[in-house]
Amino acid sequence: MNGQTGGEAVIEFRGVHYKLPNGQTLLNGVSFAIERGETLILLGRSGAGKTTALKLINRLLEPSGGEVQVEGRATVAWDPIALRRHIGYVIQEAGLFPHYTVEQNVSLVPRLEGRPAAQIRPRVEELLALVGLNPRTFLQRYPHELSGGQRQRVGVARALAADPPILLMDEPFGALDPLTRAEVRNEFQALQQRLGKTIVIVTHDTSEALLLGTRIALLEAGELRGIYPPREFLSSNEPVAAAYAEQLRRLEEFERDE
Amino acid sequence: MNVIQYFLRHPSEIFQATVEHISLVAAAMLIAVAVGVPLGILVARRPWLSKPILGTANIAETIPSLALFGFLLPVPWLGERAARLAIVALTLYALLPIIRNTAAGIAGVDPAVREAARGMGMTQRQILWKVELPLSLSTVLAGVRVATVLTIGIATIAAAVGAGGLGEYIFRGLAMVNNSLILAGAIPAALLALGADFLLSVLERRLRPAR
Repeated sequence: MNGQTGGEAVIEFRGVHYKLPNGQTLLNGVSFAIERGETLILLGRSGAGKTTALKLINRLLEPSGGEVQVEGRATVAWDPIALRRHIGYVIQEAGLFPHYTVEQNVSLVPRLEGRPAAQIRPRVEELLALVGLNPRTFLQRYPHELSGGQRQRVGVARALAADPPILLMDEPFGALDPLTRAEVRNEFQALQQRLGKTIVIVTHDTSEALLLGTRIALLEAGELRGIYPPREFLSSNEPVAAAYAEQLRRLEEFERDE
Repeated sequence: MNVIQYFLRHPSEIFQATVEHISLVAAAMLIAVAVGVPLGILVARRPWLSKPILGTANIAETIPSLALFGFLLPVPWLGERAARLAIVALTLYALLPIIRNTAAGIAGVDPAVREAARGMGMTQRQILWKVELPLSLSTVLAGVRVATVLTIGIATIAAAVGAGGLGEYIFRGLAMVNNSLILAGAIPAALLALGADFLLSVLERRLRPAR
């Protein structure tokens, strides 16, 4: 496979199949490895199997065939709760708890793990500052009092609360308007370098993939078409990758002509 | 003799009957909530149980109340004490709205919120107690409110099997063709229903999650 290097695999897909109960195949024999500290993008159109692949990593789904390994152990051999506490999870629209304040949302996992309250408060403030929200302004607010971009930032802070080594993000910037999206994305890029976590991001946005990914895994109709570093992705001859690259070039030409 | 005079002449008797009435309803509601909320959760969790459970509760709801009290009279343990029988019958009527609203409340929790909770490593029990129940509390309470108003009305029938309550006056008034007596039972019962409806609706509004 293209772009494969010899680092330590944190997450590994081995011939993974996933079928719905009605027999429809969503993933068809997918194999790849994600190395420690890299940001892998799962890129593909709707229905390509990106989100399915992501949910197999934290065992929200279990493979119908093959195996997904996290830290060298099959997900089905992990205690699902322990596995999910090891992995931060950010979804589109953030999925914040509407009946909790920002502080309660962010501190939930540390509280569930029984960490002392004296440690939790400073940690929440630190996380909010990290995602660019002033703790004093936002701690006591409820999700419905936040803008979409602010909700997304709280979602990221919440996922980072227990300091998990792995972070999964499903269309994390998808629900934002283009300007906010660019802003949150750029901040995330800076954050990414400081955190040094293994990150998997699902997106259908090519420019986002190129901007944030150390490698891009291209999925199409439940199959892996290849894994490319961003530069190779643009010059790839693989038809689907070439189509994405072509679409991006047209957009850039349009922007230049303006 | 008009109603007002009757009220003035027998305040402690009417108060006594009102207390009986409230205790019948309160006991029935406590049992109905204790049974109905878990059943509602079960219906939300296992959709295939929804037909048998809601169907049974629905049937109980359609039996005319006077007939239900009559049916339960020959049942051994129940028939021994009228209050016991009345509480069981009232519980049966109260169940349907509580089960239905609990199930609807839990099913109505935003799937993204539930998925986030699962993805964060919350156990099923934590998701239920910390996310699903708090978020559906106002819907559950709306069911409790409907059930309470319903049972306050039906509890007047309990007097037919000798369970006491405000129905005593209504039945006595019917037998004696005395409107004042009927009203002496009906007015406090209506006020009770209105009062319970008001108090529970205030509570329900306060518990409704913001959005």
